[in-house]
Amino acid sequence: MDVFFYIAACVAIISTILAISGRNAIHSLLFLILSLLSISVIFYLLSAPFIAALEVIIYAGAIMVLFIFVTMMLNIGIERETEKKWLQPKMWIIPSALAAILLVDLLLALKNVTPVITDREAIQPKQVGISLFSTYLIAVEIAAILLMAGVIGAYHLGSQKKKVKHRFLETE
Amino acid sequence: MLTVSVEIQVLFAGILFLLGLIGLLVRRNMIFMLMSIEIMFNSAGLVFIIAGTHWCQPDGQVMFIFILAVTAVEVAIALALILQVYHHFKTLDSDAVNNLKDAY
Repeated sequence: MDVFFYIAACVAIISTILAISGRNAIHSLLFLILSLLSISVIFYLLSAPFIAALEVIIYAGAIMVLFIFVTMMLNIGIERETEKKWLQPKMWIIPSALAAILLVDLLLALKNVTPVITDREAIQPKQVGISLFSTYLIAVEIAAILLMAGVIGAYHLGSQKKKVKHRFLETE
Repeated sequence: MLTVSVEIQVLFAGILFLLGLIGLLVRRNMIFMLMSIEIMFNSAGLVFIIAGTHWCQPDGQVMFIFILAVTAVEVAIALALILQVYHHFKTLDSDAVNNLKDAY
């Protein structure tokens, strides 16, 4: 039972180290996605399946796609001549091995762990929802305001404006 | 279910947080710094989930959902800022963005 936790934790730490020490931004982002997926497995083992699903959908899905879009827009480290080098096995063998370990870990855990529904100790998503919309209703509204501000701010910052310089700064 | 002691789980989250902090301090590429901040947010959320599971309260998961919302906003704003910085300076090196530095 515990061995699943330790395997997922090892995969998470190794992929995080590889993510922050990589040279290529895209490779590091893929390692970071692997790290998020292994943390999601840990959430499942901690009997929080709803949060595990949210982690996969929002973190590994939406936020990382945003990262990869911007990284590809900025064209960092994407050179045509290096493309052949990426297709060599040593570039993809480590992430594939880590992902395979994680997949086997998750499948064995799904088979061996007692189903969360029958577990009395587990916190159901229903409880989370009731708590979210009764006790923390004000916090939900504040989060909504924050998201609104984020949308407006990202739109404002992301729009390409013509660069206008003050006439005193024009001399340099 | 899981019989791993809480200390080890929190230690794992601490290691992840430390890795994110090291990445934030060492790397100078803004994309990597943002990724390190993501790792730190994630490990903070992990501690909330561990605590919520330990005391069998739903509050930990509620807090994780809030962390998720804050992270999404932070990433969107930070990536828009990174795009602007790249348009102005043609680099992502955070040491190059020092226009506010005192001239001496």
